[in-house]
Amino acid sequence: MSDYTGNEIMTVVAARALRNEDVCFVGIGAPSAACNLARLTHAPKITLIYESGTIATRPDVLPLSIGDGELCDTALTTVSVPEMFRYWLQGGRITIGFLGGAQIDRLGPYARPKVRLPGGGGAPEIATQCAQIFITMAQSPRAFVDKLEFITSFGHGEGGDHRRRLGIHTQGPTKLITDLCVMEPDPVSREMCVASIHPGVTREQLQAATGWPLKFASSVTETPAPTTRELGVLRELQERTRRAHAA
Amino acid sequence: MQSASQGARGRSMVLPLAAAVEECIRDGDSVAMEGFTHLIPFAAGHEVIRQGRKRLTLYRMTPDLIYDQLIGMGAAERLVFSWGGNPGVGSLHRLRDAVENGWPGPLELVEHSHAAMANAYDAGAANLPFAMLRGYVGTDLPGVNPNIRSVRCPFTGEQLAAVPAIRPEVAVIHAQKADAEGNVLLEGIVGVQKQAVLAARRSIVTVEELVEDFGPRSPNTVILPAWTVTAISVAPRGAHPSYAHGYYKRDNGFYIAWDKIARERDSFLAWMREHVLRQAKQQVNA
Repeated sequence: MSDYTGNEIMTVVAARALRNEDVCFVGIGAPSAACNLARLTHAPKITLIYESGTIATRPDVLPLSIGDGELCDTALTTVSVPEMFRYWLQGGRITIGFLGGAQIDRLGPYARPKVRLPGGGGAPEIATQCAQIFITMAQSPRAFVDKLEFITSFGHGEGGDHRRRLGIHTQGPTKLITDLCVMEPDPVSREMCVASIHPGVTREQLQAATGWPLKFASSVTETPAPTTRELGVLRELQERTRRAHAA
Repeated sequence: MQSASQGARGRSMVLPLAAAVEECIRDGDSVAMEGFTHLIPFAAGHEVIRQGRKRLTLYRMTPDLIYDQLIGMGAAERLVFSWGGNPGVGSLHRLRDAVENGWPGPLELVEHSHAAMANAYDAGAANLPFAMLRGYVGTDLPGVNPNIRSVRCPFTGEQLAAVPAIRPEVAVIHAQKADAEGNVLLEGIVGVQKQAVLAARRSIVTVEELVEDFGPRSPNTVILPAWTVTAISVAPRGAHPSYAHGYYKRDNGFYIAWDKIARERDSFLAWMREHVLRQAKQQVNA
């Protein structure tokens, strides 16, 4: 059962981290695929919220943007954007904020960047106001850097109790799901450590894809491979999405 | 202290789009064209480009293709925003070219988070000088935007982020309908459009259609009374390639195609000449 891509196992493993009880603030791209895969498999009652104001939405195809009509058409209710950020996010109603990596990184000096990336969007407040943060992004030394040049969204900062010292009372990133492994914070230092490695991936490969000396949890497991059902539902969802957006 | 500009005696006028833009938007104005993915006022933005407006300060949470086009055509000198990409596709190449290379002119960026922009529009509509939020904690954004400051709660002593209210000279939005009295109806993903109009001194609302009466509707539909709007213009499909709930879908294929069109200056300018500049004003006003 190795007939899957790195992106597929990343999405499947990210989906497994979600439960029916979760109220999830969904980022666009990989997080959106994972959240909807969870909804279409083991967590049909999960509440998905997109920052466009759509609450408890059940899209049939993945949205290209954060505000596709599909999200509003299938939502329980749609609120204004100020209400979304004030009452629902800042109000502490969200259990999981699910972010993609490109939303939390940036390259180059600010005033005259070589590459101007889009910016933080909703992420600066999502990162501190959801009970927990899951992050999903493909692993490479360019994306997994030792020290960010510009922080749009706070994680564990310098580690330890840094969040508490800033007056943040939420947990921050508790899972980082990549195409190679799953990382979780060390209970004390809060540094992200490898907790499980996807089938067929070596520790050397993992280190080569990471811009800092990796730490491994005391017991590292092998990630269970995607099941036929998980892959089938994901591929159908992505095929429906491709057809819808090509029109 | 600035107060709401549309007095109770004001009344929206139905004007051709070209006349509405001439009437409401001047060189150097601060302009907020809002619509969170949905109901983005493309037809009005194109008319601003045709009329050659310059030195605008543009406000928008998500600049989207509409501001990529305005920036690439040299209409803007400053951009106040919170997420500047092509949603689900990648970069806004004209925005990047302006920031990275100063083409066609320099563009000053004032960068916020979505939560701060949404709060700042809300504060503008509420006639407050600033908005406060639990925001920006632990981020580097306050270091590059001097307008991100803090305020202490007089009751608990807690430190909160503060940003200036957004009070643009002009708000431009697209809506589904206006009725015979000049009231405006919008629904679906309603974004920050109501806040933007109520925060601005003047406003232009383009609509899919003019109707005699709105007819049966939810009592909670978003309605902007005629006396809160300066000018209304009929612009069918005026939000395309964005969409209008109940009328047409988002043209995701065009958003994907824009990446290639806007990547090079020549292909961008050719597209703008063909699809925006060459259009006679009458055609647009229908």
